[in-house]
Amino acid sequence: MSERKFEPKVLALCCTYCAYTAADLAGSLRLEYSPNVRVVKLMCSGKVDPILLLRAFERGADAVFVAGCAQGECHFLEGNVRGKRAVQHAKRLIAELGLEPERLEFFHIPASDGPLFARCADQMTARARELGPNPLRSSAQQDAGSALEQPRDAHPALPQCRAGVLIRAAEGDE
Amino acid sequence: MIVAQRKSLERIEQMLEGCEQILVVGCGTCVAVCMAGGEKEVQLLAEQLRMRGKLGGLRRTIDEITLTRQCDHEYLDQLAPHVHNYDALLSMACGAGVQLLAEHFEGRLVLPALDTRFIGASDAEGQWSQRCSACCECILDLTGGICPHTLCPKGQLNGPCGGADHGRCEVDPENECAWALIYRRLELLGRLDQIRTIQPPKDHSATTRPGRQRHPAFDADGSED
Ligand code: SF4
Ligand code: SF4
Repeated sequence: MSERKFEPKVLALCCTYCAYTAADLAGSLRLEYSPNVRVVKLMCSGKVDPILLLRAFERGADAVFVAGCAQGECHFLEGNVRGKRAVQHAKRLIAELGLEPERLEFFHIPASDGPLFARCADQMTARARELGPNPLRSSAQQDAGSALEQPRDAHPALPQCRAGVLIRAAEGDE
Repeated sequence: MIVAQRKSLERIEQMLEGCEQILVVGCGTCVAVCMAGGEKEVQLLAEQLRMRGKLGGLRRTIDEITLTRQCDHEYLDQLAPHVHNYDALLSMACGAGVQLLAEHFEGRLVLPALDTRFIGASDAEGQWSQRCSACCECILDLTGGICPHTLCPKGQLNGPCGGADHGRCEVDPENECAWALIYRRLELLGRLDQIRTIQPPKDHSATTRPGRQRHPAFDADGSED
């Protein structure tokens, strides 16, 4: 295998109203920021669940950041508070299993602050460079198990309804 | 409901040593509500174990499933087609669930991922407190719906003790004195005279372990009397 220079992969989970708009603005302003950042748009940073963050690391991300609206300015009132809590919990979980919690961060980025988005992107890339590659990167493709298929409940609590027509369990699927 | 807490990852890893095929089994009832062993927590623990395994260069498989309840044989049957694939079943249910799982699949290694703590209620998001000690002889009718047996560290059935200070408990001033709470509640209900009723000691033989119970409708001989 040829020795290639380590280029971190940084994942940015941005809420659509503020952080993503700020990222957009950074682009329109022609600001230069680290090209290592892959942006994924979410409706709200409150959508972030710790499991998503853990999976990002299992699949080889070197750093991940979640960015939501400024404090008190979430479009869904407290989505960013939830997002931040999810990030803090995920930090604890990855520290517990032996990964540096600094690889994960939450930022409040108002829609009007393109330069702040650029700084956050650079900061997380720099952190990843300093910490080196995520040790899980090499095993990212290795299968380590998954959820078993949940058996269908033979007695659903409520009758199903299709196109406004009630279907009793006994009638079931065609 | 039953309130439980996940064990440390270190402790869980210790129990799992030498196991390669592991099924994490969640429970969708009490422990799901107290965010210790429901579907979400199963996902997180399974993912942590996968990552930990990879970091340690282990070839292990962690699968996951969450049952509606683990303290009922009917629900455990769902696992029958799968259990033979695993070296260990890591149960995220309360102690009762873990034991029933171990009994249902006797001969399979069943391990507890949680520490079961108490019967409690939710105080705020992500916060629970103990409310009942299952004394088998409920006296909440006389105490304004506040359990002194549980909330008072001394379990005073006739209180308060001499140590109560401005409504705070002398054992832990962080807590309000259970009997001060009872006094205020009874006052509010206009039933303050009840506090004068002297409570006889509880019949502790009722809590002799292990407890058993049969619903009257399911009497053994089915005879009418
Ligand atoms: S008196 Fe307290 S411990 Fe006993 S059953 Fe009632 S609430 Fe539970
Ligand atoms: S101060 Fe109140 S709660 Fe504390 S031990 Fe005494 S009676 Fe019980």
